[in-house]
Amino acid sequence: MSGLQVVFLIVAVVTLFSGVMVVASRKMMHSALWLIMTLLGVAILFATLQAGFFAIVQVLVYIGAISILIIFTLMLTRRVMDEETTQVIKGWWLPALMAVILFGLLAGLLATWEDFQGMLNELPADVENLAAFGTALVNPAGYVIPFEVASILLLAALVGAIYIAMERKEKAE
Amino acid sequence: MSFWRDPINFIIEWAKGLLASIGWGPGWATTVGFVIGAFVLAAGAMFFVVFLIWYERKLIGRLQDRFGPNRLGPWGLFQPLADMLKIFTKELITPNGVDWVAYNLAPILSVAAVLMMWAVTPFSKTFFGVNISVGILFLIAVGGLGEVGIILAGWGSNNKYALVGALRAVAQLISYEVPFVISALVPVMLTGSMSLVDIVEAQTPWYIVVAPAAALIFFIASVAETGRAPFDLAEAESEIVAGYNVEYSGLKFGMFFVGEFLHAFTASFIFVTVFLGGWRGPGADQIPVLGLVYFFIKTFIVYFALILFRGTNPRFRIDQMMELNWKVLTPLSLVVIMVIALVDRLFVGAADWQRTIILLVANLVILVVAERLIRRGVKTTRPEVGSRERPIASPDNLFIQPGSGAKG
Repeated sequence: MSGLQVVFLIVAVVTLFSGVMVVASRKMMHSALWLIMTLLGVAILFATLQAGFFAIVQVLVYIGAISILIIFTLMLTRRVMDEETTQVIKGWWLPALMAVILFGLLAGLLATWEDFQGMLNELPADVENLAAFGTALVNPAGYVIPFEVASILLLAALVGAIYIAMERKEKAE
Repeated sequence: MSFWRDPINFIIEWAKGLLASIGWGPGWATTVGFVIGAFVLAAGAMFFVVFLIWYERKLIGRLQDRFGPNRLGPWGLFQPLADMLKIFTKELITPNGVDWVAYNLAPILSVAAVLMMWAVTPFSKTFFGVNISVGILFLIAVGGLGEVGIILAGWGSNNKYALVGALRAVAQLISYEVPFVISALVPVMLTGSMSLVDIVEAQTPWYIVVAPAAALIFFIASVAETGRAPFDLAEAESEIVAGYNVEYSGLKFGMFFVGEFLHAFTASFIFVTVFLGGWRGPGADQIPVLGLVYFFIKTFIVYFALILFRGTNPRFRIDQMMELNWKVLTPLSLVVIMVIALVDRLFVGAADWQRTIILLVANLVILVVAERLIRRGVKTTRPEVGSRERPIASPDNLFIQPGSGAKG
């Protein structure tokens, strides 16, 4: 086993364990903290795959913005900080079944991929994968349409958020 | 490579040779080098803070017509050492009902997040931790970890003041990240790379000349990110005691304190790296150690400005702080980035100095227009309170201070 594989195994175990703890811990706040740990684990996985940009963006967007917002919402919501909340909802087996099926489908799909059991191909040091990623995002033969659609989705979310938060003056009278 | 030209790399090469001579491979030598380098840089930064605290207290004292620390050592230079010893020996009190992990993790995170920024900054041509291709994004992402530290402190302390302080701090940090990131994109765009090493090397002339509007927004946003006056709502003493760190004592409080000072210094050297040409200066290419000198001179100039900023401005109200961000800085930074992108593209064939002048003029026009628009928004002129004549504590005899014990 190479050093990278050991790192991968440790990170994978930590990530999966924190993922379980997100749903298993009794305090909502602890769940949020375990979520941060999970996301950090994913970021390290990106880093071991020589995708430094994705690792940084993972930390920036998911830890720096999304989990902070989750914690923010937790703090502003009443009575979610209590420990007495029930952890298991009624009919919990249905989502569990769905999750197992989804995992099976994804794993099955990945198993048909020819490189499924292959080892990590190390990129040569001079490959500028960040620039290649950038051009692929704006290249018509690449991913320009999904990229633009995602931007429009985000814009719509932004407009929606502003609409919800806007003061409606005519109704107040 | 001679010692006097580049002492740091000289020592590194010497140490590598030493490790090789006892039979360690280059891979292990590099690993050991990184570990030692990280330790030295972190420890050096922490000791440096001792000096920074003295510098800042002295300056703030002068700004407020006081002497500042002046009892211990020459010019009071040893005062922070005494304070440090005091804080080391204080009892660590853990209040009832705290969340143990969150409470103890928070001070560590808030210092570590700042120290991590030192890892990617080029201090001279040859002296930097790592040159990663997404350096500037790394800085911002690490800042996000600092926010996690603050929120953990606020929530883990089991104290309402701390919680309110943390909520304020995080609201402010998240908001000011927007103009911060957008204005940091301008140097990235002009360089064509996110690596800080590349950004410094591409700065002929400095980007503050090319894009002063972006530099101004970046400076204000980075002051807000450090959370000091006038943006110190998170620890507004008159409103919420001390904010998120109210329940901390002894060394744990010291960590927050060190983190804040270090963050202010770090913010100024990031500003230097991104807009003031980093280590660049006459002769710095040939003699890397000169670059280190230039770097620190520039950083101290910016840090001086930052302290002036802190010492002369009153604290914002929270709605004013948000208004400044969302109604002024964010739209302004969006306009700046669009104008710079357009202008830069239109004059892509022009010579470098022509483009510089055109970009400078475009930036100044933006600033003037923005200033006009903001002035128009001000509805009333506030009546002046008090007299214009400022009372100055001037002694009758310059050499004998009243109450200093000297017989006059």
